[in-house]
Amino acid sequence: MGDWMTVTDPESKNISQNTSETKMSPSSLYSQQVLCSSIPLSKNVHSFFSAFCTEQNIEQSISYLDQELTTFGFPSLYEESKGKETKRELNIVAVLNCMNELLILQRKNLLAQENVETQNLKLGSDMDHLQSCYAKLKEQLETSRREMIGLQERDRQLQCKNRNLHQLLKNEKDEVQKLQNIIASRATQYNHDMKRKEREYNKLKERLHQLVMNKKDKKIAMEVLNYVGRADGKRGSWRTGKTEARNEDEMYKILLNDYEYRQKQILMENAELKKVLQQMKKEMISLLSPQKQKPRERADDGTGTVLSDVEEDAGELNRESMWDLSCETVREQLTNSIRKQWRILKSHVEKLDNQVSKVHLEGFNDEDVISRQDHEQETEKLELEIQQCKEMIKTQQQLLQQQLATACDDDTTSLLRDCYLLEEKERLKEEWSLFKEQKKNFEKERRSFTEAAIRLGLERKAFEEERASWLKQQFLNMTTFDHQNSENVKLFSAFSGSSDRDNLTVHSRPQQKKPHSVSNGSPACTSKLTKSLPASPSTSDFCQTRSCVSEHSSINVLNISPEESKPNQVGRECTNPKWSVASRPGAQEGCYSGCSVTCTNSHVEKDD
Amino acid sequence: MNFSEVFKLSGLLCKFSPDGKYLASCVQYRLVVRDVNTLQILQLYTCLDQIQHIEWSADSLFILCAMYKRGLVQVWSLEQPEWHCRIDEGSAGLVASCWSPDGRHILNTTEFHLRITVWSLCTKSVSYIKYPKACQQGITFTRDGRYMALAERRDCKDYVSVFVCSDWQLLRHFDTDTQDLAGIEWAPNGCVLAVWDTCLEYKVLLYSLDGRLLSAYCAYEWSLGIKSVAWSPSSQFLAVGSYDGKVRILNHVTWKMITDFEHPATITNPKIVVYKEAEKSPRLALGSLAFPPPRAAASPLASTESKYEIASVPVALQTLKPVADRANPKIGIGALAFSPNSYFLATRNDNVPNAIWIWDIQKLRLFVVLEQLSPVRSFQWDPQQPRLAICTGGSKVYLWSPAGCVSVQVPGEGDFQVLSLCWHLNGDSLALLSKDHFCLCFLETEAGSVQPSDSWAATGRTCA
Repeated sequence: MGDWMTVTDPESKNISQNTSETKMSPSSLYSQQVLCSSIPLSKNVHSFFSAFCTEQNIEQSISYLDQELTTFGFPSLYEESKGKETKRELNIVAVLNCMNELLILQRKNLLAQENVETQNLKLGSDMDHLQSCYAKLKEQLETSRREMIGLQERDRQLQCKNRNLHQLLKNEKDEVQKLQNIIASRATQYNHDMKRKEREYNKLKERLHQLVMNKKDKKIAMEVLNYVGRADGKRGSWRTGKTEARNEDEMYKILLNDYEYRQKQILMENAELKKVLQQMKKEMISLLSPQKQKPRERADDGTGTVLSDVEEDAGELNRESMWDLSCETVREQLTNSIRKQWRILKSHVEKLDNQVSKVHLEGFNDEDVISRQDHEQETEKLELEIQQCKEMIKTQQQLLQQQLATACDDDTTSLLRDCYLLEEKERLKEEWSLFKEQKKNFEKERRSFTEAAIRLGLERKAFEEERASWLKQQFLNMTTFDHQNSENVKLFSAFSGSSDRDNLTVHSRPQQKKPHSVSNGSPACTSKLTKSLPASPSTSDFCQTRSCVSEHSSINVLNISPEESKPNQVGRECTNPKWSVASRPGAQEGCYSGCSVTCTNSHVEKDD
Repeated sequence: MNFSEVFKLSGLLCKFSPDGKYLASCVQYRLVVRDVNTLQILQLYTCLDQIQHIEWSADSLFILCAMYKRGLVQVWSLEQPEWHCRIDEGSAGLVASCWSPDGRHILNTTEFHLRITVWSLCTKSVSYIKYPKACQQGITFTRDGRYMALAERRDCKDYVSVFVCSDWQLLRHFDTDTQDLAGIEWAPNGCVLAVWDTCLEYKVLLYSLDGRLLSAYCAYEWSLGIKSVAWSPSSQFLAVGSYDGKVRILNHVTWKMITDFEHPATITNPKIVVYKEAEKSPRLALGSLAFPPPRAAASPLASTESKYEIASVPVALQTLKPVADRANPKIGIGALAFSPNSYFLATRNDNVPNAIWIWDIQKLRLFVVLEQLSPVRSFQWDPQQPRLAICTGGSKVYLWSPAGCVSVQVPGEGDFQVLSLCWHLNGDSLALLSKDHFCLCFLETEAGSVQPSDSWAATGRTCA
């Protein structure tokens, strides 16, 4: 042991100096030093025990020890001399005290030594670990550096390749250009050659023509038994200027007919398209009119004016005569109004879309938050009750056991006990009934809880349906205006010219309001729904699963939103041990060194 | 589906009269006219030499028989069998002969395209038109028979002359902006003339009847251009097939391209139905599989039965690799035809010779692909309904309609290689022509009256 000590001594010293976080009190340091210095001495004591004190030198050794002890601050071994002349006598008590103190000191030193050893061991393992970490990291660094170099090399190669390809592309392009030029030149040459050849050919042809035709070939002839009549029964007419003119006329007539036919077709197509356009316009107007009130009420400048424009346009353009006028101003007006309405419609639809999505989201959030809190409270309450019940059961059990234990006692005592028991029984009965009642209450509450869950599920479904129906209605409004709103539009167009527009609005209001109220109603409905159902069990189900997930995943999940953190804190307190358990493996996997450090720290703190 | 007996034929010369009552066919130097319904011989005319070309007059009263080798045209009357007419072009020679739409004039093109002679059957008058251009399609008549457009070449420039057919008066004469005009075609409404350039240059020009240039269209440069052109019956679309394997559809309002139909060799779109002709393995038992494959597999002539199967996409079609260093390479859209109601367009890509593409014009997309076992020889739409007849030079005729697809074996001893076919006017019957025979194929109008011996191979549906 001593050998080992001497070997590891400087190292442990070093470590103690290096690890500043090991908070050592100065006294312990001192004791360590003392220990260190005392170790060789004790060794000497052991090895040269016989040499130190013999029969002869008792006095000297005592005085030496005395001297030594006094230098170390122990009381003197000798009795205090009354006179100088008297020989100082060994004070046995003092010696024993000293020895005891020395022994205590020794023990303390040994303990300290042990601590230091363990610490040393720990630090050594830490060191090893760190070194291995360091080596690993170094290796990693090396590999990544190599990788980087490899990548750089590849990058360079690719760039090189790219450059080559670019060059090739350029070459190819040049080649293509060259070839095109060659083709072009060849083409011109070919054409030239062809022309020359053709000219020669023409000359030959001409010559042949002269040779063949001008010879008055007797063979070229037609033999007919008798000439037949023309297919149309008419006689052939002479070619004159008149016929020429007539032919021209006819040609133009044919062309004109064709153009007329095409124009007719185009007109027909145009009419169809106009019809479609008109229909679309009607649809748009009918679709847009119900939400017209909204921007008016809001006194929104931009949309308001636009809408009024639209109204005017609608009034003008619904006059049938306008449709037959295909003059450019009307066309422009028409296209402009259509475009405007289309834009409004588009924005409206977008808005609706946004609203729908927002409502959807909000609804979810509201339900979520409320139900979560409620759920937490409810579970807490229930847990508390369970706890109470359990306690009660326990006490009852204890009482019963006591009863059983006391049942086999003396008769008198048993009689006495019986009285007590009766009393106890009565009390127990009472308690039992109370407990039963509580249990009943508890059951009732649980039932109501589940009922509420079912109810919320149903209500949610209803809400979904309502939403769907609302959307459908919206959609239907968009498409099947004809049935609903055609009269409305007609009224509208009829009245738009006159001054009493208010009349019209009054007329059309009930119909217009319908979809509007629906659109307004649905969010209100949802809010009511959420309020009326504080328990909101169906979403609480969702919440449960979610909380489960959060339990399993990590603590961080719970700190996402401030509203969520509040109810969760309660939960966290009770489930804290679970989390710590759950989080540990991850931490162990993730940060090896960090964990070990914290471990050592905790140990050190314990030591202190 | 019934088949008539087989009749002799030469030179694939067999034509229904325009009124649908008669059927003219040639056997060497004899012209036989039969009644379509009874197939009884009504008239038999004997020409001076082997007939090379026949054509009915528009009123179905006359038939012209051209003997190009002799430079002779003989005309026969159906009403007066004793009436005859003989036109001799003499030393000028003859390369083409056709009726004018009134059925009273014959247009003969002399050798080297020196001139076109217009012979009248009513009067003694003879007209000459000089400088006709030697090209794919140099003469075109409007549907109503009023006007004729003629491609001309003078002084190394292309011209188009528009004649009034009634008195052969020149109505319009204008030069076209083409390098080497290849063809002209009137729109069915007779008001627009499509003019296309030689295959070396992609160019379509559209002229009004009065000679105004309406529009010019060029899809690309420096590559082989147009191979085939077709007007839709409604005059609404002009389909232009080109050597790049695409059909471009031009509209009649702006004369711009609406869409282009590519003809890929693999079909991946699952919406497209691919009918694949498959041989029905005939009476071969499992064990006795002849090692040298039977004649059937070796040549399409043999009479193995076949049927259509619906191939599951993606389908890779058989493609030919064109020979690059020869003229007229086998690539591009060589044939295209609109259905009579303009709803469908059938095309053939020459480097995928076994396939017919059928496009839906209303939706402007590919509708059906038929892949035959052998290269498609010819295809023609039923004049009455969207029904396509196809022949591949084998002993079968194939019919497609939107309802399905059938392969029909032509009955008879020996092989009947269907090289060409033509529909009767009312779509009830179909003349199938082989090298030296022809027969009629009668299609029932009622579904279900199909005889089992006709070897229908419908893919689940009958073609009614």
